[in-house]
Amino acid sequence: MTAAAQRMARGSSPSPRERIRDFAENHRSVTIIVSMVIVAALMIILPKFPPLNAIQREQSWFDAFANAGVFILLAMGLNVVVGLAGLLDLGYAAFFAIGAYTYAYSNSPYSGTDLPFLPMLVVGAAVAAVFGIALGAPTLRLRGDYLAIMTLGFGEIVPIVFLNLEPWTEGTNGIGGIFRPEPLPLIGPFSALTPFAYFILMLGIVTIAMILLYRLQDSRVGRAWNAIREDELAAAANGINTVITKLLAFALGATTAGLAGVFSASKLTIVSPDQFYFTVSFTVLAMVILGGMGNIWGVAAGALIVYLIQSVVLKQLNSIFEIINLPVISEINFTDYQFLLYGVALVLMMLFRPEGLFPSQRRRRELHVAEDLGGEPGSADEFGASAYEDVP
Amino acid sequence: MPEEVLRAEAVTKRFGGLVAVSNVDFTIPRQAIVSLIGPNGAGKTTFFNIIAGIYDPTAGRIEFRGETKIARARRAWIEPVLWLTPAAILGAITSLFASAGVPEAVLILGVFATVLALLIVLVTGVARPPWYQRMLVRIGVFRSARPNDMVVSGLGRTFQNIRLFPNMTAMENVLVGMHSRLKASWLDALLSTRTDRAEEVTARVRGQELLALVGLKGTDDQLAKNLPYGDQRRLEIARALASDPVLLLLDEPTAGMNPNETQQLTALIGRLRHDLGLTILLIEHDMRVVMGISDRVTVLDHGEKIAEGTPDEVRRDPKVIEAYLGAPPV
Amino acid sequence: MTVVATPTARPNALVKGLRIIGLALAAVAAYLVVLWIALYFVSGIPLESGLPVALQQTVNALSIGAIYALIALGYTMVYGIIELINFAHGDIFMLGAFLSVVFLGGIMGQPSSVTNVPLLLLLLIGALAFTMPIVALINVGIERTVYRPLRNAPKLAPLITAIGVSFILQNVALTVAGSGDRAAPQVFPLAWQIPFGGASISVLSIFIFTLAVTLMLLLQTFINRTRLGRAMRATAQDREAAALMGVDANQTIALTFLLGGMLAAAAGVVWGLRFGFVRFDLGFNSGLKAFTAAVLGGIGNITGAALGGFIIGFIENFASSLGYSRWSEFLVFMILTFVLIFKPTGIMGQQSGDRA
Repeated sequence: MTAAAQRMARGSSPSPRERIRDFAENHRSVTIIVSMVIVAALMIILPKFPPLNAIQREQSWFDAFANAGVFILLAMGLNVVVGLAGLLDLGYAAFFAIGAYTYAYSNSPYSGTDLPFLPMLVVGAAVAAVFGIALGAPTLRLRGDYLAIMTLGFGEIVPIVFLNLEPWTEGTNGIGGIFRPEPLPLIGPFSALTPFAYFILMLGIVTIAMILLYRLQDSRVGRAWNAIREDELAAAANGINTVITKLLAFALGATTAGLAGVFSASKLTIVSPDQFYFTVSFTVLAMVILGGMGNIWGVAAGALIVYLIQSVVLKQLNSIFEIINLPVISEINFTDYQFLLYGVALVLMMLFRPEGLFPSQRRRRELHVAEDLGGEPGSADEFGASAYEDVP
Repeated sequence: MPEEVLRAEAVTKRFGGLVAVSNVDFTIPRQAIVSLIGPNGAGKTTFFNIIAGIYDPTAGRIEFRGETKIARARRAWIEPVLWLTPAAILGAITSLFASAGVPEAVLILGVFATVLALLIVLVTGVARPPWYQRMLVRIGVFRSARPNDMVVSGLGRTFQNIRLFPNMTAMENVLVGMHSRLKASWLDALLSTRTDRAEEVTARVRGQELLALVGLKGTDDQLAKNLPYGDQRRLEIARALASDPVLLLLDEPTAGMNPNETQQLTALIGRLRHDLGLTILLIEHDMRVVMGISDRVTVLDHGEKIAEGTPDEVRRDPKVIEAYLGAPPV
Repeated sequence: MTVVATPTARPNALVKGLRIIGLALAAVAAYLVVLWIALYFVSGIPLESGLPVALQQTVNALSIGAIYALIALGYTMVYGIIELINFAHGDIFMLGAFLSVVFLGGIMGQPSSVTNVPLLLLLLIGALAFTMPIVALINVGIERTVYRPLRNAPKLAPLITAIGVSFILQNVALTVAGSGDRAAPQVFPLAWQIPFGGASISVLSIFIFTLAVTLMLLLQTFINRTRLGRAMRATAQDREAAALMGVDANQTIALTFLLGGMLAAAAGVVWGLRFGFVRFDLGFNSGLKAFTAAVLGGIGNITGAALGGFIIGFIENFASSLGYSRWSEFLVFMILTFVLIFKPTGIMGQQSGDRA
């Protein structure tokens, strides 16, 4: 029964908030599209006015939003793996890299081919999905911490391979001069000077991704992921093939990252190994955690906020203190400290608000009860602790 | 339909030097209510776990609904050979091409295909979808069923220490229980097809029926962890029923209940057999329940079966008395 | 009640010690031979001149393996006692390396090699005495403020927090010391070499190996023969039962972090002496290798960590001797992958706490 229906059953009329929530739950896709249109409108209008137009030009804002979109996609994808299925993937950037390099191999002077953009989005995502399955498979039977380490390892190996196989990957320099997407219906030319096109494209991709991800979350598969996250043995004992379900999470997460990779490559026009090291995986993880693990729009908001802090706020602090000229503070280059900031934020979050800034109700319940009762909710492994789960 | 839903032959389970279950023969007739009793540490839950597919037995086998489901793996070595063959063939072809001098693109394709083949077969081998299992049987390889395979075959179980999904609602718990019976795939969900939407609706209707059946009507949206203890036990049963089982394994279902609740639960178990035609295997310590409802009682001690028969027969068996109370003073 | 297998008689400690030494010597000799042959086939070094080179590299391998072993011990002890992979442990090692540079270069003002033996000894002991307590206290401090509140939280939380701490430590070092290599005073003269054929054996490497083995033996003795060590083993096996017996879990866990920090600090001191540079991301790279070593040997198992450290050191040395040092990280990760897939309990088997 929906919240409003429950209210009515108890004999009082539902509040507007509950009505909206019910509508949102029952007509999710419409809600998402409407919300995204509102967000898009805000993003287009606000940069025309102070203070936003004083901070940077309108075009720079569109550029920033488009780049933020890449991270929003990454965060939503990682959310499926970490937030929904509960698999701590520390090497997520590997799939981002694979998507990007796939596009580079097909749309650059290096390869000599120039394939249409939209199909390449699908191809890049598909290739990443295959790798998602490949790299996820060995981790299936590992417990949380081991899984994390192994994915960390993979996340390191992929850029190293790209770095070392110079004859095929151009090593440190990377592959440059990647061709931008050809103009699409309604969306103008894609160039460095007109990021607006990238911005609109990204809006479309994010909206579609959100709709699809919410559908998955509320489906049989989404329930299976939740079940595995809460108690893997009980999940198996209820007929869930944990192997396939976990691989699905990895594959879908990798797909999203691959998508982001293709977009990123087509926008930056260059791919190189240093774009995909652990710092990227860590940043995306920080975005997911800060935003609220398990909450799709929460992690999207988290990603947007973190990215804007990184690309805009910190730079602004530099400018402000250049002008104001205080003794010690003006010497600080704030952008250098961003990872220190992330680290501190992450630690503080884990200590005081592990469910994130915009938590899903479920998570808040899960994470705080554990501390109250002094035990882990439902994960007592009565069949003995080892690297392997005792689910065969 | 076979007369016996379950048949266990000479089942033994060793953990290192410890023998938890020793040479146990056990059958469960159709629509019977059978109880498994014995002092603590006798191996009852281990035996349960073997039937449920969590452990592979060290020896012996278990037939479920006429099919051997659980036993030591046989000819397991064939599996790795199976996994490597397609990749080996493709790899050999690719090397032949390489030595014959063929354009680079074809070679790359060949390597890619080899790796892809290897990947697909390995993943299939680990995931073990039903068609793969059937193929194995045809080749003569035997692999013990996993917990989710047993559920698909018609087994449902509850746990000694309740293992509900605490932060999911009662309805969601039951829906998870239905996982193996729902047909919608992730693709259906993604595209929000008519099949998916219709199935979700019927699933919820069925969920409500199951909750009502166990006496939890109206608790749909309550979190599992917020339910009172007795209700949690019932919810676990509802969840187990959701997979449409033929055999229900209940591990100490009345543990921690007061006499009133115990009586209600016992009545429920009776209804499950009478109205739904289920066969039920019980681990129980409460002798009133055991004696009151069981058609047959089996007693384990130190991993061995020491007695079996009607409740009255077992109650009088001197070996059973000794196991529980110790040998009479000389 | 259940049937339990009868315990086997325990072998004499001396015999066991000799057996271990014998096995170790055999393993090293085997490595020497394999490397010698590999140098011939892969690098084209003729057999006569190959043997001294192989010997030199073997000694190098022993020293780098010793460093990894010292770091791996910290990982394994912490995992054994609170089942946490302390991501920040590698950065603790980095901290030790930096502090050693500060002591030797800054405080003692000795930027290069010191040939005066008494002074050298003083410097070495001083460096250890300076860095070990500080790093140990920082480690304990981190545990107290950040890990302890999360001891009962779902496993994801302390893991993520450890990553956060790792990043904090790295970025503090980055801020203070910049992003490039910083020179570390190599007070132990690199010129002290024992010539052998065409190559020479570094005395520094021998020193490192000896120091590490001494520390490991001290640790082993502490854990197996003292009251506190017994408390550590008990807490690692069953925290509740140990608490019921009167063992203070907080104190014991703090002690584990203390010891782990001390060993990592020693590794840091030695690293500076050997390689002559320190970097802010030293911890990340070496830490991952050391963690692999701990897993390889059997996480939670102290002997395993030591063994794993040496194995990883040898593998890395093998790769770089043949000119493939760029791939050494890749190789180590592959090893980690295979171990976790095929034998996640490691070579010596996973244990919480060491069993004699």
